[in-house]
Amino acid sequence: MSAPSPVELDEPVTSDLTDLATPWVTIVWNDPVNLMSYVTFVFTQYFGYARKKAEKLMLEVHHDGKSVVSTGSREEMERDVQAMHEYGLWATMQKADTP
Amino acid sequence: MSGFSRHRKSGAAVATFTAFEADLLRSLAAQLIELLRNEAATPESLDPLEELLDFSGPTREPDDPVLARLFPTAYPEDEEAAAEFRRYTEGTLRNSKAAGAAAIIDTLEESGLPPQPEDGMFIDVELDPAMAMTWMRSFTDMRLAIATRLGIEEGDEQVWYALPDDDPRAQVHDIYEWVGYLQETLVQAAS
Repeated sequence: MSAPSPVELDEPVTSDLTDLATPWVTIVWNDPVNLMSYVTFVFTQYFGYARKKAEKLMLEVHHDGKSVVSTGSREEMERDVQAMHEYGLWATMQKADTP
Repeated sequence: MSGFSRHRKSGAAVATFTAFEADLLRSLAAQLIELLRNEAATPESLDPLEELLDFSGPTREPDDPVLARLFPTAYPEDEEAAAEFRRYTEGTLRNSKAAGAAAIIDTLEESGLPPQPEDGMFIDVELDPAMAMTWMRSFTDMRLAIATRLGIEEGDEQVWYALPDDDPRAQVHDIYEWVGYLQETLVQAAS
């Protein structure tokens, strides 16, 4: 019954250059409260991720206990973490692991 | 008990609550607002002058475990950065969460919920996509608050179902599940 969302983007709007220069990540952690459907919905609404990608991230959170949901500059990640807290998700940020 | 569904023409999320349900929701929203304003969102300061001049937000995790869950530490391994982040975000987050809960109360009352609802009364609510998101967020905050107070853990449903019906924790758990049901149907209606 549910219609597909009108606008779906595959990737968040961050440039590769920014990622290389300032590697920070936002991590969402599993909690026993948040519904899988809600977490997926938040990822599509806030990050503009396609449903498939949002579901994959949600399942990572659910099964692995956490998932990196966005990557970017420190300022961008602070915005994302604050937004996740506004949605009631348990989010933290840290420097991305160096490859 | 019925949850939200999507209005075919307008795309709005609609639900019909009994007077009891609407009143319960109003009371949960009011408690959330109370909680958010309860513990002062300002750090304890050593110096009265410093305290008077301190216009910024808190730097330490709230003592109340519910508030600590609503406002998690953003930098688990960097105390200083975590304090800075909290100083700049917690006040804003508290206000937006309180405003969300207040929006639930306003919607219910604008939809006809009186101060003293009577049995047999029904309250129809209609939420546009932005308001649906606001309600979803606030449902999440309510559920996080209840779950933290009860000590809900992953996969412990049987523990709660095994409690006798007259155990207050069983009743609170029922409310937790009911808000979860509203949340689930609202997500479906808004997706």
